[in-house]
Amino acid sequence: MLLIPCPHCGERPEIEFTYGGEAHLVRPADPSTLDDAAWADYLYMRTNTKGVHAERWRHARGCGRFFNALRDTTTDQFLGSYRIGEPKPALSMGEPR
Amino acid sequence: MPESAVRDVPELPSAAWLGPLPPATRLAFQGGSAARAAAARIFPLPDAQDVCRARRDGDRAGLWLGPDECLLIAPATTGAASLLGELRAAIGTNAHSLVDVSHRQVGLEVRGPLAERILNGACALDLSLDRFPVGMCTRTAFAKAEIVLWRTEAQHFQVEVWRSFAPYVAALLQEIARDYVG
Amino acid sequence: MSRWRTASGGRIDRTRALAFRFDGVRYEGLAGDTLASALLANGVHLVGRSFKYHRPRGIVTAGAEEPSALVAVRRDGARETPNLRATQVELYEGLDALSQNRWPSLARDVGRINDWLSPLFPAGFYYKTFMWPKSAWKSVYEPVIRRAAGLGVAPTEPDPDRYAQCYAHCDVLVVGAGPAGLAAALAAADQGARVMICDEQSEFGGSLLADRHATIDGASAAAWVARAVADLAAHPRVVCLTRTTAFGYFPHNLIGLAERLTDHLDAPAPQAARERLWQVRARSVVLATGAVERPLVFPGNDRPGVMLAGAARTYLNRYGVRVGDRVVLVTATDAGYQAAIDLRDAGVAVVGIADLRPTVSGELPAAARAAGIEVTESATVLGTSGNRRVAGITIARTTSAGTGGDRRTLACDAVLMSGGFTPSVHLFSQSRGKLRWSDDHQAFLPDRSAERERSAGACRGATDLAAAIADGLEAGAESAPTRTAAARRITARSPRSADRGYLGAVPLASDASQKSFVDWQHDVTIKDLAIATREGFRSIEHVKRFTTMGMATDQGKTSNLNALAIVARAIDAPIPSVGLTTFRMPYTPTTFGAFAGPSRGDLFDPVRRTPIHAWAAAAGAVFEDVGMWKRARYFPERGEDMHAAVARECRAVRSACGLFDASTLGKIEVVGPGAAEFLERLYVNSWANLGVGRCRYGILCREDGFIYDDGVIARLAADRFHVTTTTGGAPRVLAMMEDYRQTEWPDLEVWLTSTTEQWAVIAVQGPDAREVLRGCVEGIDLDAAALPHMSVAAARICGIEGLVMRVSFSGELGYELNVPADHGLGVWKAVHAAGAAHGITCYGTETMHVLRAEKGYIIVGQDTDGTVTPDDAGLSWAVGRKKPDFVGRRSLQRQSMQAPDRKQLVGLRPRDGRTLLDEGAQVAERPDQRPPMRLVGHVTSSYQSAVLGVPIALAMVAGGRARLGQTLYIPMPGGDVEVEVVSPVFYDPKGERINA
Repeated sequence: MLLIPCPHCGERPEIEFTYGGEAHLVRPADPSTLDDAAWADYLYMRTNTKGVHAERWRHARGCGRFFNALRDTTTDQFLGSYRIGEPKPALSMGEPR
Repeated sequence: MPESAVRDVPELPSAAWLGPLPPATRLAFQGGSAARAAAARIFPLPDAQDVCRARRDGDRAGLWLGPDECLLIAPATTGAASLLGELRAAIGTNAHSLVDVSHRQVGLEVRGPLAERILNGACALDLSLDRFPVGMCTRTAFAKAEIVLWRTEAQHFQVEVWRSFAPYVAALLQEIARDYVG
Repeated sequence: MSRWRTASGGRIDRTRALAFRFDGVRYEGLAGDTLASALLANGVHLVGRSFKYHRPRGIVTAGAEEPSALVAVRRDGARETPNLRATQVELYEGLDALSQNRWPSLARDVGRINDWLSPLFPAGFYYKTFMWPKSAWKSVYEPVIRRAAGLGVAPTEPDPDRYAQCYAHCDVLVVGAGPAGLAAALAAADQGARVMICDEQSEFGGSLLADRHATIDGASAAAWVARAVADLAAHPRVVCLTRTTAFGYFPHNLIGLAERLTDHLDAPAPQAARERLWQVRARSVVLATGAVERPLVFPGNDRPGVMLAGAARTYLNRYGVRVGDRVVLVTATDAGYQAAIDLRDAGVAVVGIADLRPTVSGELPAAARAAGIEVTESATVLGTSGNRRVAGITIARTTSAGTGGDRRTLACDAVLMSGGFTPSVHLFSQSRGKLRWSDDHQAFLPDRSAERERSAGACRGATDLAAAIADGLEAGAESAPTRTAAARRITARSPRSADRGYLGAVPLASDASQKSFVDWQHDVTIKDLAIATREGFRSIEHVKRFTTMGMATDQGKTSNLNALAIVARAIDAPIPSVGLTTFRMPYTPTTFGAFAGPSRGDLFDPVRRTPIHAWAAAAGAVFEDVGMWKRARYFPERGEDMHAAVARECRAVRSACGLFDASTLGKIEVVGPGAAEFLERLYVNSWANLGVGRCRYGILCREDGFIYDDGVIARLAADRFHVTTTTGGAPRVLAMMEDYRQTEWPDLEVWLTSTTEQWAVIAVQGPDAREVLRGCVEGIDLDAAALPHMSVAAARICGIEGLVMRVSFSGELGYELNVPADHGLGVWKAVHAAGAAHGITCYGTETMHVLRAEKGYIIVGQDTDGTVTPDDAGLSWAVGRKKPDFVGRRSLQRQSMQAPDRKQLVGLRPRDGRTLLDEGAQVAERPDQRPPMRLVGHVTSSYQSAVLGVPIALAMVAGGRARLGQTLYIPMPGGDVEVEVVSPVFYDPKGERINA
């Protein structure tokens, strides 16, 4: 069970969270202007990162907030987390536990 | 004749350390800082940055549940409608949401020197007094149920749980307690 | 007192004799014994038969690593635990243990024939032999093999014991309470840290419990342990756990501990939990897991009476048991000599010491020689003799001229072996730490940590007592969150020993014929490993699977390194390049009960009941599970089966009035100035134009355009909507709403609150519904003009403030009364009483399903399956055509989503007017086809319609709406059923009843 850093509540056990997939995918302002390929890309294509991955979590059984976190998919170490709307931090932030 | 969900709680132990709390008026408040500040003038509400803290004033309490979300608890003698009226008047046109959830959930109390250990039977948080001090509150998981856990005193916790999950939580607390009090 | 028990010493209580049985024979042991020490004290060495060859087997070790002495312990029919290590079973009065894997008896085992036939059972035998004929696998080979193989037998009755669980947190968790672990815990506690220390044994001390020679801080090892334990126990911030195995190391320093609470008691309190599973989250972890002595791999090394030297020493010093009268030591370490010396001091004849090393010097060998014990250097073992217990050993010398000179056979009744020490790096490896091979130690040692963790003591190669303690102190102090107190110092002294040891098989004489075992538990010999390398296996992971080496319940604790060395030598590669098999949790077998904990029976899952549940139960309702909810399915009256009850309930709703508990419907209050816009963006429908006091049927799609949920949405105020969802969909719909609200549209001032459980919802449906409610509802006009279909109003309902929604899922005139949940039962009773004159009838979910199907209303998740668009379901009328965007709209614009041959919702009527179709049945265009058939759809809902008197069904059929009137065929077990494609609205297609 991972310990996940909620940017509001601090480190909490994984059972309080739900996973939200890759972060920083912004819903197009006007989807109807996208061709099928571009829409499919938004809808289905993900990076499947090996290494540091920016991903969404929701502290569902906690403060309820969605947030973004940087996790190394090879080690499960979190490098940090940040609120929705905040830019993806530079990788130097935070020390691995 | 109103029926409390707490009546569904099976065979609550007679010992003082575990039991249902009387019905209460509960409101779910959500809104921005302006609405919160306005409401705080008439009701004890934690500030947005008072993360996981409750504020109390007499028998009224506001529990921080999220950056823009609080649970308001008042005695049942203050009806939901009248409390809603008071708050709406205070908040005025500031955008917010107030929803009556008095009947959505029930309160259970876990009290005594073993309270921490009993709760840790199914709650994964560090409940030691320095990590979960008096006045701390949070939504969390209790085995397969979602609860709001609030430490009102060093050896006194209030558990808020949706009514249909209350029998499960109470029975599980009781089952866990058997391992500590025989 | 048996003649193998010493006169004094040890940690057993000589005043408390305990009777126990092994295979029905009564023996006596002492309090403080393990089953193994008690058996040895009675001269019992033969304790089991081996897995594959059914060879007689004895006790090899004195601890968790035991590969051989597996027993079952039986308390009663339901409490028989198989595969326990006799070395870990604590003795209690009346203990009843059974040997395993033998028939008819341990002494005369028929399966022994496998040993004589062993040339037929080499490694890979099963893989190769039972390939042909294929059909024989299921019917012949597998059942026979399954019966012949396996170890213990699990009881068939449910486990009657209770199991506890808990979470715990600490600054420093110390795993292992030997010298290094105790030192670490003391050092961490000195610094004020919250410490937990656990050990799998019944008392703390580890190797010190069997050490007669060490002095620590001027005291004997035993006295120092007692003081350390007392210090820790007195510390308010230290938790000490004995009989507690750290079985798993999970991410972010979560350690699983299994604490055995009652297995050592003769009469546990009837309701006491048998075990407790701890999930410990530690800021830092100190692994002081020690090292395991390695057997030597020589011919005949599995005979009962052949055991590890350290084990013999433990039995002597800790349990006061001599493992034999005449022993021979085969060793490659100095540590082995300590056992020989201790046994000799206790009056055991040490017949000889065979040391594999060419030259032997050092403190302990010198002491042995001084005591007159003959030491043979450059020794090897050619074989052993004895039937059910070792009776002799043949040793020889290895010289440059070859192996096998100076043969001598020594008569003995026990052989001790000491091949060196393998650090226990299981937990370290589970934590994803990286190991490195140390030539100095001839072992894999912890190298790079992945977690905030460090190893201390023998598990990282510090086998010398003083070094282990110093390492523990350092580990404890540096793991504490703060360092304020002065560092503790502990001085220790024990005989120095050189323990690089020996890896792999001893040098073999060319005429060696006996089997040399590497893995006792799975009967893997050096020959099996040789076959594996001959077959071309190079990676140890492949060798492991081919030979099953290390795959038994002991996970190869005593065998892996020897196997690795043998394979490395065979393929002429360095050990690190052959690799190391993965260490997996659990460290030792852990009961399912501990993992399940209290989550069984009524506490397996929350059972959610509505406020009206108790009334329905008393009325005889039959319930069904819908998610975690119990919902009343039907209310049978005297002698009715479900079909009769449902038919009666359906007729009542269609002709008079029905009462239905809809409390489980998901409810979400959407509030704020942005509420209407929020729903506008989310749902396919238009909301801006929905008037206050009005309701609309809403459809929620995912971004891929497929229906996700549906429900009626009521506008309570300009900025307040009461959204209903399906019963099962409530949590996921709220989660999806929060996702869009928080992450995509933070510009909207809108908030969401679940009110599912705030309201009890009572549906009153049927032509008489309005008349029934006239006496119940105050403050509003129920007439159609004032409160038309799809409208909502606040009202007093039986004296309670609530909401009256005029909605219908039955197709009849209908209302849903929402009252605060505490009042649900009272209002239900009042409405029921008020409806008595109209013959009001309670109905359940089954009738609700029939009624809605007659109207062609879909159930999300039954008629839809995640690939159904609103148009597929015949709901395109609900989609807001003029809306520029909503979730799913772009996907719905794709050409394939509008293809005319998509599966569409239609009704089906059997041409014979009698046959009820199977839900899930396929739909074919032509009858009498053989597979593979061309199928054009499937039946999603099927019921007997009471009001129509015929079976009806809903189906998703390719291009279905263009097929109205067509005949299709439903292949069913009894043959094809001819059906007509019809409109999904079977009843009141004009909707006159609903608007009444």
